[in-house]
Amino acid sequence: MDIIKAIEAEQQEQVAKVEENFRIGDTVKVHFTIVEGTTERVQVYEGLVIAKNNSGINRTFTVRKISYGIGVERVFPLSSPRIQKIEVSRRGRVRRAKLYYIRGRVGKAAKVSELVRRKS
Amino acid sequence: MIGLIGKKVGMTQVFDDRGVVTPVTVIQIEPNLVVRERSPEADGYAAKVLAAGRVKEKGLAKPFRGQFGEFSPRARMVEFRDFHHQCEIGDELTVDLFAETAFVDVTGISKGKGYQGVVKRHNFSGGRATHGSKFKREAGSTGMAAWPSKVHKGSKMPGRMGHERRTVQNLRVLKVDGEKQILLVKGSVPGPQNSTLIVSGAKKKDG
Repeated sequence: MDIIKAIEAEQQEQVAKVEENFRIGDTVKVHFTIVEGTTERVQVYEGLVIAKNNSGINRTFTVRKISYGIGVERVFPLSSPRIQKIEVSRRGRVRRAKLYYIRGRVGKAAKVSELVRRKS
Repeated sequence: MIGLIGKKVGMTQVFDDRGVVTPVTVIQIEPNLVVRERSPEADGYAAKVLAAGRVKEKGLAKPFRGQFGEFSPRARMVEFRDFHHQCEIGDELTVDLFAETAFVDVTGISKGKGYQGVVKRHNFSGGRATHGSKFKREAGSTGMAAWPSKVHKGSKMPGRMGHERRTVQNLRVLKVDGEKQILLVKGSVPGPQNSTLIVSGAKKKDG
């Protein structure tokens, strides 16, 4: 297994690494490179992080947003060189690691309250 | 043909510079010892006998140990026919042998599944689960009528599944790392982790 870990660590160094600076329940903006034939452009996908899966180089996260009234979920590989940047636009206060319950809710019930850190 | 004996380490994935993810199997290939040569004059065919894998000398059968002569013994021994890489008895072949190979065939012993029914073992459809069904995962009829009055040999029936020698052909070689003694191939290969694999140049690609 150590060989696998060594290969994954080597990969991590090679691919453009973005920091995992967000948590479950945060609203993030993912700057993702789209390759269309020969041209490349950066698309921004904004939504709620509802899950993180796997580990090491396989690590992925799921971002959910409502697009024209329809729920859209996208799974991004965290180590993908196509992710330029991940911006956190809002911190969320949640009590579980997977927010799949959001899928069944609409309107205000589907909101995640903002995380407020009190100064000590 | 060229070939080497290796060991399955496990699977992972690699990203290329465009961000495309490829599933890969990691195969560890430690230096293979050339133990013996077969020649058309003496044996009727040309081949090289390679051996690899660490083993304790104690407890080895003498006929097996004897084949290594003055060399230290290895765990597995495999014969490769018409080996077209120039080498002498006593040479050690490393994974760099595949440095210019694009595709390989990988042979291994598949994972044992135990005693399985026909649905899993032979992809039979099975019947309806509910609404009074009395035909669920059975095999159904296995033969004809008063003639031939027997079940033909080789009929698909339940039984032991897996643990068979299987070859996967034309796997693309993604990386050859001589330093770590590993080979990365695209896709999966038969068998559990740490099992012995026989890696050879793709038969249907470059002969």
